[in-house]
Amino acid sequence: MTEDSMTEDSTTPEMNDETNITTDPVADTGPQEEQLLYAKILEVGMFFGLALLLVTFTLYLTRTLPAVIPIEQLSDFWTMNVHDFLESLNEHYLHQEHLLTGWSWLSQVWKGDFLNFIPIAVLSAITIICYMGIVPVLIRKKDRAYVFMAVLEVLILTLAASGILAVGH
Amino acid sequence: MVTGPEVAWWVWPLVLLVLTFVMGILAALGGVGGGVLFVPIVSGFFPFHLDFVRGAGLLVALAGALAAGPGFLKMNLASLRLAIPVALIASTCAIAGAMVGLALPTDVVQTALGATILGIVILLSVAKKSEYPEVEQADRLSSALGIYGVYTEASLGREINWKIHRTVPGLLLFIGVGFAAGMFGLGAGWANVPVLNLVMGAPLKISVATSKFLLSITDTSAAWIYINKGAVIPMMVVPSLVGIMLGSLIGVRLLRVAKPAFVRKIVIGLLLFAGLKAITKGLGLPFIV
Repeated sequence: MTEDSMTEDSTTPEMNDETNITTDPVADTGPQEEQLLYAKILEVGMFFGLALLLVTFTLYLTRTLPAVIPIEQLSDFWTMNVHDFLESLNEHYLHQEHLLTGWSWLSQVWKGDFLNFIPIAVLSAITIICYMGIVPVLIRKKDRAYVFMAVLEVLILTLAASGILAVGH
Repeated sequence: MVTGPEVAWWVWPLVLLVLTFVMGILAALGGVGGGVLFVPIVSGFFPFHLDFVRGAGLLVALAGALAAGPGFLKMNLASLRLAIPVALIASTCAIAGAMVGLALPTDVVQTALGATILGIVILLSVAKKSEYPEVEQADRLSSALGIYGVYTEASLGREINWKIHRTVPGLLLFIGVGFAAGMFGLGAGWANVPVLNLVMGAPLKISVATSKFLLSITDTSAAWIYINKGAVIPMMVVPSLVGIMLGSLIGVRLLRVAKPAFVRKIVIGLLLFAGLKAITKGLGLPFIV
């Protein structure tokens, strides 16, 4: 909690009889510092990720870069469940020891289809970066509860991103 | 239905682009997220496997949330202090939901998806919204965490101070919300808003904006599970994402002249249709389409 929000009286304005609306002025009416910082990082990352996605997809669609799965053959694959898809992908095109799960798509990133995984990963990683960005602000404000929750969220999202949790059918 | 291999490869992505464009318009006008329409309709009527539809659905909902988040945060309509504890629970449970969803047989997930969609139809039909819920006193947990705020209500020409109550029951409900979001790739705006607004007492605008922002965190955790599992096909994701975002832009503009109540009935009708289709498909029963 923030140092200036320790007591309920100081943080919670008086309510009128019928609604959640109050007319009492409060000292701080705008978004807090960490919220604005989060928004700024999110905005930059979102625009970068979406722009990159359009570029990589154009390269894929125009066949500027060859794809692992030829575009004409895609419809043979997207009807399969993900496990059969990965096995078939490996059997027909990759011929690797392990299926293409976790971060192993990085080994195919120069191919048109898997190049698109870079912006998808960027879009999926923005939130982690946003949380990491606000932790120093929360520490400076001695907002211990939110420091704890933000760090925990970073750990949980990083665990999800790590690929350790991927399971099969 | 024509199956995938019998038509040219570009037909389905093109149809997906057009359909998601329409979905984006309907979603914006009907006050629901794109994911809740995307997954049941695309999994029911397209040749794509449910695994990839859920992966694409999460990324579509994620992109929409990422696009809306900065504006809502800057306007102080989305509350970071409200979102952080909620997101911690919802995102953790979304990971579990995604893992379970990818581990279960497809017909089981498809049937459960249909049942969930029909539940959402009931929720959308009967749940009342409250612009400014009555919160007599903030509870101890929300007071301790400093979850309160102020925003400018243009229609009233004044600033609104808000606070919340029933924080613990609200947080507990997000266990189920997060799990369903991850399991079905639905996004979760349909559940976030009622919990934030009706249970926790946040004003409707705060609930809607915080819900949209929340999706950027909840869906991130589940999306990583689908990405790492390989359940992402860019040829499905990108047309869907572009279609939904363009449709949403048009939908917001149409909001001035359209009749949202009528559109909302169309959305509920579509969900009912898609939910029944999902159940019959999951159970292997015949359906009209």
